[in-house]
Amino acid sequence: MKHLIAMSLILLGLTAPAARAALNVLTCEPEWAALTQELAGDLADVSSATTAQQDPHHIEARPSLLARARRADLLICTGAELETGWLPLLQREAGNARIQPGQPSYFEAARFARLIERPTALDRAQGDVHASGNPHLHLDPHNIARVADGLAKRLSELDPAHAARYADRNADFQRRWPAAMARWETQAAGLRGASVVTHHRNLSYLADWLGLKVVGELEPKPGMEPTASHLAELLETLKATPARMVLRAAYESPKASEWLAGRASIPAVELPYTVGGSPGAKDLFGLFDDTLNRLLQAAP
Amino acid sequence: MFNRIFAVASLALAASGPLYAAPQEDVDALRADFDAKLKSLQADYEARLKALENRVQTNEANANNARQEVAASASPPAAANALNPEISLILQGAYIDRAGGERPITGFMPAGEHAHGERGFTLDHTEVVASANVDPYSRALVNLALADEEVEVEEAWFQSLRLGHGLTVKGGRFRSGIGYQNERHPHAWDFADNSLMYSALFGEALKQDGLQLRWLAPTELFLELGAEVAKGQFFPGSDAGADKNGAGAWAAFAHVGGDVGVAHSWRAGLSYLRASPREREAFLNDINEFEALTAFSGRSRTWLADFVWKWAPDSNPRQRNVIFAAEYFGRDEDGDLLCQDDSAAGGACLGLTDRYDSAQSGGYAQAIYQFMPRWRTGLRYDRLDGGSVDFGTNGAFFDAVDFDPSRWSLMTDYSPSEFSRFRLQLARDKSLQGDPDNQLILQYILSIGAHGGHKF
Repeated sequence: MKHLIAMSLILLGLTAPAARAALNVLTCEPEWAALTQELAGDLADVSSATTAQQDPHHIEARPSLLARARRADLLICTGAELETGWLPLLQREAGNARIQPGQPSYFEAARFARLIERPTALDRAQGDVHASGNPHLHLDPHNIARVADGLAKRLSELDPAHAARYADRNADFQRRWPAAMARWETQAAGLRGASVVTHHRNLSYLADWLGLKVVGELEPKPGMEPTASHLAELLETLKATPARMVLRAAYESPKASEWLAGRASIPAVELPYTVGGSPGAKDLFGLFDDTLNRLLQAAP
Repeated sequence: MFNRIFAVASLALAASGPLYAAPQEDVDALRADFDAKLKSLQADYEARLKALENRVQTNEANANNARQEVAASASPPAAANALNPEISLILQGAYIDRAGGERPITGFMPAGEHAHGERGFTLDHTEVVASANVDPYSRALVNLALADEEVEVEEAWFQSLRLGHGLTVKGGRFRSGIGYQNERHPHAWDFADNSLMYSALFGEALKQDGLQLRWLAPTELFLELGAEVAKGQFFPGSDAGADKNGAGAWAAFAHVGGDVGVAHSWRAGLSYLRASPREREAFLNDINEFEALTAFSGRSRTWLADFVWKWAPDSNPRQRNVIFAAEYFGRDEDGDLLCQDDSAAGGACLGLTDRYDSAQSGGYAQAIYQFMPRWRTGLRYDRLDGGSVDFGTNGAFFDAVDFDPSRWSLMTDYSPSEFSRFRLQLARDKSLQGDPDNQLILQYILSIGAHGGHKF
């Protein structure tokens, strides 16, 4: 047994990659991987624990994720209880002291963002409610800018040798991002006040930013799968207060939104939700470009 | 407001005009009164507007401050009870239809408690789980299983958080890391009852009072090594065997795992458990069909192999997913067995102590398929191999058993949310020789409070 352990240690030593200069960054969601890419470029090796095809609430702490968390120099997550079902397990079981809550190598985006929809009462009868507010905060581009400032600062704290480069890259990002925001806001001016139905409350920030009016949700309560009776009720509501489209994220099943859209004779629109959620959403800029394109196509 | 005052005023004026000629001084007084009221109202409104403007400006300023840490300042001040542990309660109960009486697994030493053989409506155990970080360095968890006149400390441990280098230490009472199902509590099982393998090996699951060290390798492939030293009072150990300095049981395990493509993930493991029971008591049926009390002293060695494979399209299990799990064990026990002299009461034993040597094995394989949101169905096959059991001279008092216990179980469950589950299970149980049984279980599992995620 002792020989076996010694042997495997030697083998691992041989196969482990030579010391890299790049910061090994693991993010909980693709949007933070994309943001890190903007701010760190080739200074970081970035990967995301989840993809745009996965529901960030419901992820399993798979062996492969544990192995990645074990080696991470920096773990970037949304926080605000979005990952409460799997992240604590990942942090505890990975044997990586640096990425524990409260440590500099654990970065929570929600701490730097403006949160909306903070519940006044906590009761599971209301479904999956998050005590600190709606955690799907990245679809308000203002939040992206806020988080970028915080993240750039954190990156330079962890990698002081390259502090100037992180600051430069952030300054550059903070020039390009507001310009893009202004462009998107002009493009979307016509959407202001448009009534929409969403699948889950994961598009609230987008609606808040663009001034869309959410008149209904496919889920009977946040986090609960749509039911036939709820959809029928929603269809009745839409007769009185018509909506212009039914929105869903790429990771959500199209069934419910297509059922409702078909009967209400309005378009069902799949939004990328995050980077990688559509061919066009290659980075953060692409994410919003593509989101607006899809919205404008559905409601010209 | 203004409109109403004007309306009232004009009505008053209109009423006063044509009907009768009011004295001029009255009209003047009214007008003066009206003017004064109007002015005070205007002033009032201006003040309010100003206040509103101020508020909007502070809000704007606040919004600008949002570039700093917003959440921290915006959250309500934490009360002292915010430091209370996360508490969750798990309620599980069932309606069970099956043959009455105890149904021990034929040919296997009963592990720990007697097989309860409960039927009809049953509350089973109610679990209370409390956990919290002790300080930045460790976390603690307590899991109590409540039943009538009984509180079992299922787990009570601390776990290190800051050792780093892939190391984690756990101490106290914990579920051993051997095998796959062992660490899972009954509420997380995919079937309403335990697999025959774990029933035969540990009763429910192996609990350890001791220390566990785990090391996660810094590699692309998931590789985890673990070792445990423990008191060893639980089956296959015994109280007398654990009454010593040092460890009465030790275990070691290795797990490897990873992903195949986006949709598949897997984990495989190999574990070893060594216990040294002394005077481990067990009731065995002798040739007179009498429950003879036996006591085993010796060593017990168990090997376990486990494999889990999960599939979900795009690794998004919300709509559909499959979980396949299989485990296999081999157990060797050798030492001495005393069969107490019960001849006066009608038993066959004469109080002899002689060698006892057994080599047994078994396992299970199960597949769970979630075919639509909320609904899952699963099939499990249990099979044990009675293997060889040598009672030495005591063999004269026991029938030689040539029987391989087995069982088929089919279940369907419905989960309205991630906090509740209702299950129907049908089983054909052939674990008791000569008495096959058809069983039906209707079960509910409800979780209230802060319930964290389960391991892979």
